[in-house]
Amino acid sequence: MNQRNAISVGRWTRLSAISTGCALALVVALAFVPVALSANTTDRLTTLFIYVILAAMWNALAGYAGLASVGQQAFFGLGAYATIRLAQQGVNVYAALVLGALLAGAVAVPMSMLMLRLRGGEFAIGMWVVAEVCFGLVILDKSVGGLTGTSLIALNKYNADDQRAYNYWMALGAAVVLLVLLFVLLRSRTGASLQAIRDDEEAAASVGVRVLAGKGVIFVLAGVGCAMAGSLWLATSITFQPKSYFGVEWTAYMIFMALAGGLGTFEGPIIGAIVFFVIQEQFGDSGVWYLVGLGAAAVGFALLLPQGLWGAVEGRFGIQLFPVGYRLRGLDSTATRAPSETYAES
Amino acid sequence: MTLLAVEGLDARHGYLRAVRDITLDVSEGETLAIVGANGAGKTTLLRAIAGAHKPSAGRISFDGAEITTVSPHRRVKLGIALVPEGRRLFTGMTVEENLLVARRRGRPGPWNVESVLEVFPLLAPRRKARAANLSGGEQQATAIGRALMTNPRLLLLDEASLGLAPAVVDGVYRSLRTLIEGGATIVLVEQDLTRALSVATRVVCLLEGQIVVDGPAKEMTRERIVEAYFGLRRTRGQEGAPA
Amino acid sequence: MIWVNQIVQGVLLGGYYAVLACGLSLMFGVMRIINLAHGGLAVLGAFFVFVLSKHGLSPWVACAVVLPAMGVAGWALQRGILERSLRAGPLTPLLATFGLLIVLENLLFERFGADERSLFPYIGTLGYDSWTISSDIIAAKLYVLIFVVAVVLLGGLHLFLARTPLGRSMRATAEDRDTAELVGVNSRAVYGVAAAIALSTAALAGAFLGMRSSFGPYSGSQELLFAFEAVVIGGLGSLWGTLAGGIVLGVSQNVGAQLDPQWFLLAGHVVFLAVLMTRVLLVGLGARGGIRIALGRQA
Repeated sequence: MNQRNAISVGRWTRLSAISTGCALALVVALAFVPVALSANTTDRLTTLFIYVILAAMWNALAGYAGLASVGQQAFFGLGAYATIRLAQQGVNVYAALVLGALLAGAVAVPMSMLMLRLRGGEFAIGMWVVAEVCFGLVILDKSVGGLTGTSLIALNKYNADDQRAYNYWMALGAAVVLLVLLFVLLRSRTGASLQAIRDDEEAAASVGVRVLAGKGVIFVLAGVGCAMAGSLWLATSITFQPKSYFGVEWTAYMIFMALAGGLGTFEGPIIGAIVFFVIQEQFGDSGVWYLVGLGAAAVGFALLLPQGLWGAVEGRFGIQLFPVGYRLRGLDSTATRAPSETYAES
Repeated sequence: MTLLAVEGLDARHGYLRAVRDITLDVSEGETLAIVGANGAGKTTLLRAIAGAHKPSAGRISFDGAEITTVSPHRRVKLGIALVPEGRRLFTGMTVEENLLVARRRGRPGPWNVESVLEVFPLLAPRRKARAANLSGGEQQATAIGRALMTNPRLLLLDEASLGLAPAVVDGVYRSLRTLIEGGATIVLVEQDLTRALSVATRVVCLLEGQIVVDGPAKEMTRERIVEAYFGLRRTRGQEGAPA
Repeated sequence: MIWVNQIVQGVLLGGYYAVLACGLSLMFGVMRIINLAHGGLAVLGAFFVFVLSKHGLSPWVACAVVLPAMGVAGWALQRGILERSLRAGPLTPLLATFGLLIVLENLLFERFGADERSLFPYIGTLGYDSWTISSDIIAAKLYVLIFVVAVVLLGGLHLFLARTPLGRSMRATAEDRDTAELVGVNSRAVYGVAAAIALSTAALAGAFLGMRSSFGPYSGSQELLFAFEAVVIGGLGSLWGTLAGGIVLGVSQNVGAQLDPQWFLLAGHVVFLAVLMTRVLLVGLGARGGIRIALGRQA
């Protein structure tokens, strides 16, 4: 084919270059929110960032490593738990937040050696059992008040405004760092391995992809991320009631966000978190009906729009805002359309 | 009379067009042999006829009625039975159970466990053996017997000789001849040209998803088929065009 | 002797777990779906029986009504949601059934509130009658009844799968859906029957749960974990294994509770993880589908 010479493989398109640039500018702008905008807005955005982290982490596990975990609340709770214990030992509370998250996330390393040998539903429920075990162990610890829990009183060293600002910046920082880590990971060789694993694990293994290692990296990252989210949630709500941190409803939220946004896309979880945040704001007070709606929506997305909102956009228009994949340049427009519409001539 | 009519059939595996615009008829009582290299589209074609593979274009009619969207188990009721490539027996079940599963929704007719065991006497002592413990020949016999239990009007055989010792294949083809003499309509996919020509009344050769040769077996020479099989007659620039 | 009593209690509890888990096991063995809503459906059945009992029906008569109704619901669930989710991808059934669980739990909460309910008041003396085997060992008649029902149920399923034409079709479909269709088996109908059986038995388990103790709208999650643990300990896809797994789970929980009452749940979870770890290290898990009727025989 004489077209071959003109074809090249690249990562960036004009759109993705522009949007990445905009995203960076946005992050810089967001840093000024605590000083520029109201306390209420600051609080709400902090919550949004935590949702983004949770959505991105669950999506990384399920969408990129093919591991649907119904037990990430284990890390969410452990992150908060570790933070409280560290603060109780006298560690500076904001350092405790990060350290606690890292320690809790580190638990993912030994955990991965067992859990990653499981597949599908076994892994999903296995993680749920692990979460229950973590919960069961934590409530045995009297120093965090058992079932009744306790509070992160060490935060009281700081006045309310400072707390708000620090929480905000920590949340923003954590979200950015985790997203950047994910971005780098997905663009790296590991990222390509993960896509291969997701598509066909055996075929990937047969060409030398180290399946367990690839999944392991994502599993640990997701553990650290969810633990960080738990620590941050503790910072914003101050109280630690184990039952609400280790509850499976956190998985429900994560599933909803990941599905609504688009499983396996980079932009999807962000969209999903925003959608979830808006729904929370609007209906969070409607009691359980809102959970019913969330569950029904998750079912609906799973069956009718499995690629999620962003996935549908990406599929339709072939655009990516952040360049995690590869693109062929130099082919005519028909060749870059969605797979279902064309077929490759040998 | 025409039992099976395939018109303009297209079948894909993801991007790949395995079957391209195939049109062919099978008359009642005919024995059609489909030959071609690996990947030529033979199995896909058979599976599409049996309903296990959804075509992306074209029509399939059986006994005058269109069946393109009919599900596989309903096609069995209509009288189409496929002996899949690789036998695909239910390994957890015995020979007898394998046969009985097919009988459940089968059509009325002469085939039942006893008559199948008559045609395949090698199975009689293995009746209660688990399918996983059978030899290759026994497995093939069971697979064919299982298809027969549905009392089909059209029997599709995909690579019945694959992986079997020649002596065993002899046995399989002996049973096939019995069926043919009984008036069965058979479409068989076969890699072994000699075997195929020995039972077929008509031969079709597929190359890259298209029919390149279609004619009575009597008029076929090995040379003609071999040419078509390997696409030797095609000229450059005519990639994909029939010979 | 206290320990012997705990073991006896654990075995009897295993009977309950077997009833609870056999539907989950069947669904996984036949369809390769792990129904995360299974526990929630059991609780739904329990609430149905509860409502009918409050209106004067004996719980047993209520079961006679609820079980077939749940069977029909199972058929509908399969045709409506599960069939579609099977086609969409390996993760989809998990996500869809989890969403279903959330919907169920919260609808039940909306209708019945957070209170725990029980069928204990409606079963007369069966609620507290027992046989005294020795000074330390007591077997409650209800628990024994549940165990007997479990054995009968599993036996019935065994015979169904082994001897009946529909059961054969189900085993064939479980092993190879594609080929089963090619020999005339209507696989969607078979799946529907499997789902119907699964939900019926789940409802029965729910009724038993209500008779043994109590249940609330959010009990489904807990029951699912028990069911899953019983199935996995006994071996995925093995029917009688579900009883064995249930017994191991029940015994672990009771023995653990004897050491410290707070350890009831934890003991079960820990034993489950230990079994999982051992199996992974020894065999290398590859969850194969298919229904095994005898322990240790691969379908």
